[in-house]
Amino acid sequence: MSAQPATVSAPVAAVPPASAPGPKKKGGGWITALTWVVAIIFFIPILWMVLTSFHSEADATQSTPAFFAPLTLEGYRNFFGAAGASPWPPLINSAWASIFSTALVLILAIPAAYALSVRPVRKWSDVMFFFLSTKMLPAVAGLMPIYLIATKIGMLDNIWFMIIIYTSMNLPIAVWMMRSFLADIPPALFEAASLDGANLVQTLRRVIVPIVAPGIAATALICFIFAWNEMLFARVLTGVVAETSPVYLTGFVTSQGQFLAQVCAAATVISLPVLIAGFAAQDKLVQGLSLGAVK
Amino acid sequence: MATSATATGQATGDTTGTGTRFNLPTKKDNWARRAPLLPALVFMIIVTQLPFLATLAISFFNWNAFRPDDRHFAWFDNYAQVFTDSDLRKSVFTTIILTVVVVLVSLVLGLGIALLLNRTFFGRGLVRTMIIAPFLIVPVAAALLFKHAIYNPLFGLLNGLLNLVGITGPDWISEFPLASIQVQLIWQWTPFMTLILLAGLQSRPPDILEAASVDGATPWQMFTHLTLPHMRRYLELAGLLGAIYIVQNFDAVFTITSGGLGTANLPYTIYQTLFTAQNYGLASAQGVVVVIGSLIIATFALRSVSSLLKEESTR
Repeated sequence: MSAQPATVSAPVAAVPPASAPGPKKKGGGWITALTWVVAIIFFIPILWMVLTSFHSEADATQSTPAFFAPLTLEGYRNFFGAAGASPWPPLINSAWASIFSTALVLILAIPAAYALSVRPVRKWSDVMFFFLSTKMLPAVAGLMPIYLIATKIGMLDNIWFMIIIYTSMNLPIAVWMMRSFLADIPPALFEAASLDGANLVQTLRRVIVPIVAPGIAATALICFIFAWNEMLFARVLTGVVAETSPVYLTGFVTSQGQFLAQVCAAATVISLPVLIAGFAAQDKLVQGLSLGAVK
Repeated sequence: MATSATATGQATGDTTGTGTRFNLPTKKDNWARRAPLLPALVFMIIVTQLPFLATLAISFFNWNAFRPDDRHFAWFDNYAQVFTDSDLRKSVFTTIILTVVVVLVSLVLGLGIALLLNRTFFGRGLVRTMIIAPFLIVPVAAALLFKHAIYNPLFGLLNGLLNLVGITGPDWISEFPLASIQVQLIWQWTPFMTLILLAGLQSRPPDILEAASVDGATPWQMFTHLTLPHMRRYLELAGLLGAIYIVQNFDAVFTITSGGLGTANLPYTIYQTLFTAQNYGLASAQGVVVVIGSLIIATFALRSVSSLLKEESTR
């Protein structure tokens, strides 16, 4: 990895910028500086969010940015405490919906991926594209009948209904990801397992799961992120009981920037699980986000 | 690729591999192969295809929740309304502008950043982490952050920084509503493009670059003649996947402008028809039109992804 040639100054590979002489090195230093500047620009909004979340409401609403204002937990106390509705039920609902739907997705996707790669069904690529096409159709087109169905069967404002929705939302992604991980396993391993007389469940448990465990983990983390982030369906289908964290956040949409520290504290706390999951999956994030097309 | 069942494992009922790959699969074998797939496939058909059929059916009804007694078959009335509704036409236009601008700008920025990151330098890991982070903020939270803590005319960071140098900044969201949304989405989606394009850059065979450099090619020549052609399919893939998500964006539009000031895109407009006007028939017809539009785009998209898949299966 570190032996990658530099893009512009090709032949000089892994030399620390300070040592070697010549014009290329000088350019390298500038490019490194530019890279840092770009990274900092992208990171500033997040830094500002976290910093503001530790400011008092008075300091947060200064007209000149209060970079060095004293830090306080006021925003977090307001978020978790008295001001407004408690965030705990939405946080728990989100955790519940994300974790359960992810588990369900894996239970359905891993055998499906097996039937699409290891011992493929005929026309397996058509099936792959069926799964993919459901992601390309705008979810909003299905919103209304799903809302009517939920109303009819009394599942409105019920977290289990959200679990079903999120499972269908993430299943195609998981099937594509898991297929790409399974396709990497040497076929000889399956042949050995089948010679030993292992059935599907045994093959899955003893051969596949141990080998693709990192892939399964990455798939799970990405499904978790998408389920945790989802807002449109949750806003339409949940209310008081099953409200999820992103819906809770929409309560701040019209606040006109009052309670800025509290808003930033809420945004920070609710984003934290996604940041943790994302960095945990960092190595496989690309493969996951590109549905296994890029490794 | 076709079959890996070269083993003769008839010992158990499950493994009915038929010896050589040239034998036609038996019926039993077919079902054994299909069985693991079926739960997922049936689940997806029920949860995603049936609602769409329902949407199609409802779109031919005059059905407004405010007038429940007046529900009747209306032929193509809703569709006529969809195509003559100027708000809806505008929202189609807004959706296209929003998607194209966000995808193109984040692709270009993403490529630039990927090129910057594809080197060894001090603090590369930390820089990479900082660049990825915007993609890992909950979308509603990110939109709220931009709306209140950055764009706010009185105490947002943007005008706060301008204040420091003595400039009074504008009210960003009311003066540049669509651009405000675009900038927030570009901030969030550039990391996504960067990740995919960086993986593409790292899959370039390094020897060709070295050979070109030895032959005296300038960095610009190497970029246009070697890097860009190699990156084409990665750019396509990143743009495509980004477009799929951004066409459907609801969170940023809802949070930053609540669809006002000419920023209502299709998802937001359908949401409005459904929950403000409670017009189920019209919302369904809008949904059907959106699906048909997406199908046309998706056909393109699938063709591009399909070439990636074929490439893989011939390996």
